[in-house]
Amino acid sequence: MPKVIENVGCPYCGCSCDDVRVTVSDDGKDILEVENVCAIGTEIFKHGCSKDRIKLPRMRQPDGSMKDISYEEAIDWTARHLLKAKKPLMYGFGSTNCEGQAAAARVMEIAGGMLDNCATICHGPSFLAIFDNGYPTCTLGEVKNRADVIVYWGSNPAHAHPRHMSRYSIFPRGFFTGKGQKKRTVIVIDPRFTDTANVADYHLQIKQGHDYELFNAFRMVIQGHGNDLPDEVAGVKKEQILEVAEIMKNARFGTVFFGMGLTHSDGRNHNIDIAISLTRDLNKVSKWTIMAMRGHYNITGPGVVWSWTFGFPYCLDLTKQNHAHMNPGETSSVDMAMRDEVDMFINIGTDAGAHFPIPAVKHLKKHPWVTIDPSINMASEISDLHIPVCICGVDVGGIVYRMDNVPIQFRKVIEPPEGVMDDETLLNKIADRMEELKAKGEA
Amino acid sequence: MSELIIKNGYVFDPISGLKGDKADISVKDGKIVDKVSNKAEVIDAAGKTVMAGGVDIHCHVAGPKVNLGREMRPEDKFFRGEYRGGILKQGKRMEMGFSIPSTWKTGYAYARMGYTFTNEAAMPPLLAPHVHEEFRDTPILDQAAMPVFGNNWFCFEYIKNKELENNAAYIAWLLNATKGIGIKVVNPGGTEAWAWGENCTTINDPVPYFDITPAEIVKGLIEANEYLGLPHSVHIHGNNLGNPGNYKDTIDTLKLAEGTKAKNKFGREQVLHNTHLQFHSYKGTSWADFESGAKEVMDYVNSNKNITVDIGQVTLDETTTMTADGPFEYHLNQLNHIKWANVDVELETGSGIVPYIYDKNIKVCGIQWAIGLEIGLYAKDLMRVHITTDHPNAGPFTRYPRVIKWLMSQKAREATLDTMKWKDKVIAASNIASMDRELGLYDIAMMTRAGPAKALGLSSIYSLTKGADANIAIYNLDANKLPSDPELIEAAFQNTAYTLKEGVVVVKDGQIVAEPPKYTLWTKVNMPENAQVMHDIKEKFSRNYTVNLENYAVFDEHVHNARAIELDVA
Repeated sequence: MPKVIENVGCPYCGCSCDDVRVTVSDDGKDILEVENVCAIGTEIFKHGCSKDRIKLPRMRQPDGSMKDISYEEAIDWTARHLLKAKKPLMYGFGSTNCEGQAAAARVMEIAGGMLDNCATICHGPSFLAIFDNGYPTCTLGEVKNRADVIVYWGSNPAHAHPRHMSRYSIFPRGFFTGKGQKKRTVIVIDPRFTDTANVADYHLQIKQGHDYELFNAFRMVIQGHGNDLPDEVAGVKKEQILEVAEIMKNARFGTVFFGMGLTHSDGRNHNIDIAISLTRDLNKVSKWTIMAMRGHYNITGPGVVWSWTFGFPYCLDLTKQNHAHMNPGETSSVDMAMRDEVDMFINIGTDAGAHFPIPAVKHLKKHPWVTIDPSINMASEISDLHIPVCICGVDVGGIVYRMDNVPIQFRKVIEPPEGVMDDETLLNKIADRMEELKAKGEA
Repeated sequence: MSELIIKNGYVFDPISGLKGDKADISVKDGKIVDKVSNKAEVIDAAGKTVMAGGVDIHCHVAGPKVNLGREMRPEDKFFRGEYRGGILKQGKRMEMGFSIPSTWKTGYAYARMGYTFTNEAAMPPLLAPHVHEEFRDTPILDQAAMPVFGNNWFCFEYIKNKELENNAAYIAWLLNATKGIGIKVVNPGGTEAWAWGENCTTINDPVPYFDITPAEIVKGLIEANEYLGLPHSVHIHGNNLGNPGNYKDTIDTLKLAEGTKAKNKFGREQVLHNTHLQFHSYKGTSWADFESGAKEVMDYVNSNKNITVDIGQVTLDETTTMTADGPFEYHLNQLNHIKWANVDVELETGSGIVPYIYDKNIKVCGIQWAIGLEIGLYAKDLMRVHITTDHPNAGPFTRYPRVIKWLMSQKAREATLDTMKWKDKVIAASNIASMDRELGLYDIAMMTRAGPAKALGLSSIYSLTKGADANIAIYNLDANKLPSDPELIEAAFQNTAYTLKEGVVVVKDGQIVAEPPKYTLWTKVNMPENAQVMHDIKEKFSRNYTVNLENYAVFDEHVHNARAIELDVA
């Protein structure tokens, strides 16, 4: 009899939906049906039970081919190379549970290396702004139950976070928002007419790269200097700015959701900084919160786990082993790779091969490269060693942090392919092996 | 079978009545026993002071807002970390941070001060798994956490409708779901009001929409607490914290406990614990005529036995304030304009974080410092007045030894007063300069372990009585010959000669030497399932929460080494 498992967490985007229904075959190995989930989430569950899953670590041979090896050999090889390297880097973690991220922290503390996560190429600028200006935010349920004005700025949930609008922001009927979308005003600020802009009440088609100016204009209006605005700011007419600012001021509860349209266009961390300042200004006249549209289902996780472990969310330098250091630009993955400072690279739960600039990848490729990931991807195909692991939310459970920092407990729905380890077990075995080698004086 | 005996120390254990007598403490298999065989390992404590492991009744050491504080303050590591000329790695993991230390440093630093238990003061129920993840990564220390109830929609509705049994059943359910230990209340009603940008500054301000007042919320929760007979009482941070003139609101809050008696099997006598009383004992009408209200508040506390308090001593450091009192943090930020974080949590609570510098050259900070010490020095029953810094709000917990020094030495207080730019104004606005009381080691034992343990209902675990866990601190202090230099008192409390956790030496000469298992304590109420409450819970989850009910309760595998305090309710 197929079994239905409910309340399953989805390992795709930062929405971290936890209401998925998965129908599993009698033997617990196949996923037959997935419900309550977007198209992309469905694919991840299907991939989890694909017959093409890699089941053993694969080591690159002198002739360039890959050969299956045992987990034991892979662990030993990784441990020895980590100890030998002067500045190894472990990077990734968008698709790893928090238990794995905590184990990774242990590995890199013992190895004395660099530890970084995908924020370094997405919401890192948001961290920089938070360091400077704080973070007046809320959980997504506050938006659902209270918000009457929603701003999406530089983010396109219709494509990147497919259920965000229906679960949390525009459409749901919450406690004080019984009429759902009918009583909400939606403002989208984006240079493109996106599918999200399509459902907005107001779409401000801002000139690409001029976000800071428009934030500044809103701040002027909120602080009472609206009359001094020029006729047009960042390609948006004064009248429209005044109209939208008035809506913001009169909100009962408003939320700004911002995405990589702000963090990776001109201004970067300064865009987020002024977005936070605008939120602070608005709290003098109304109630407003702000939230980063974090990309992957647990990319919030490493920032959380490493903050309690080391005090820094990303770009960690653990080479001193006695204390941690963080200085984005100096200790950020891409910058280090571009300067060819890294002499071993572990790509885990992401695909640096696809996401990093080609010159950075070329430098990294000169040195030992390990990929820890369930799937074949660009990183795995240029690796010296590819170690397969379980897929969080599919064949291993664990805690993940949703984009609003709410921990969601994920469940295992099927058995992993025989012998395949989860990230936490694998990383702890690497750490244990390093301690063993150190004790024996072999490192 | 491991045996150990601590010989010839001056033992201070108010729970078993030891007042500095020379006594031997015997330990077998991690528990305190009457005697051990002659094969027992011997620790010579001659000329030293022996106490039970310290019990911190109120600190913010784990969970979402503590961690957002760590995340948003890299400077707390760069400029203040003790690694600069300070502690290098002693335990398994590195130690980072000053006012909001990493979990690893938290465990190690408490152990070095002889503490073995902390009570996390505010756990947002929705984010409980985060608290438990941090507990797993905090070494040595036993820990518990109090979920917050003072702005919870379920409680609002049950209290408004006078449904005591349903309110109690919901509380029991939530303690189980979050693996929490007791009822925390923060700015009752005010944090819910803050979700609309408003506040409740007196106990009679109505909560927007919910048609209930803070007074009703507090009374309702006290009633439910005693109906259940929980180990700890309601633990309150009342309305109007941190504002001049708030001592009246504080006394109003304390009066809500009048006429209620503690009902429990754990030896607890109070029905209300008012935390960080310093922040609630302010007179004056503005920061200009700000002055101490410690006398008025302590007169009330001294004459009402069903109340306990902790101090919340300002330590004159740069620190990070954080509380579930969202509106307070917003207003504090309006004063100092540094960065501000805020997290409103659906249906339950909120929180805010603002870095703060308690500068000895600012008059108000000096007066705040004086008020905290006055609370300790006015106290008649020190079992009911506990030492805290509301870590990290008034200062980091690593300053407890300094607070102890100030309470034990008038000379030390005068020395600190002398460093203040507005010394005369501080003296004029408080009574600190005229107070010559100096507390002794027995007093300190009451304020740092026996009192908090009793108030938490945990004195059978955290004391030196037979059967208790062998959590023991041995300080380099000769009780008969206390040093005349108060700095030496601070130094002795900063680093123990030995700290034992369940009979294992974890600190020796101020160094971490072992990291044995630790527990997560929680309160398990055994009572019949309440169909109405389960129906209400299901309804709220299907309509208002964004997390499914089945994923809300912390899974057993995410609770680290759980140890339940059980009680039965018919």
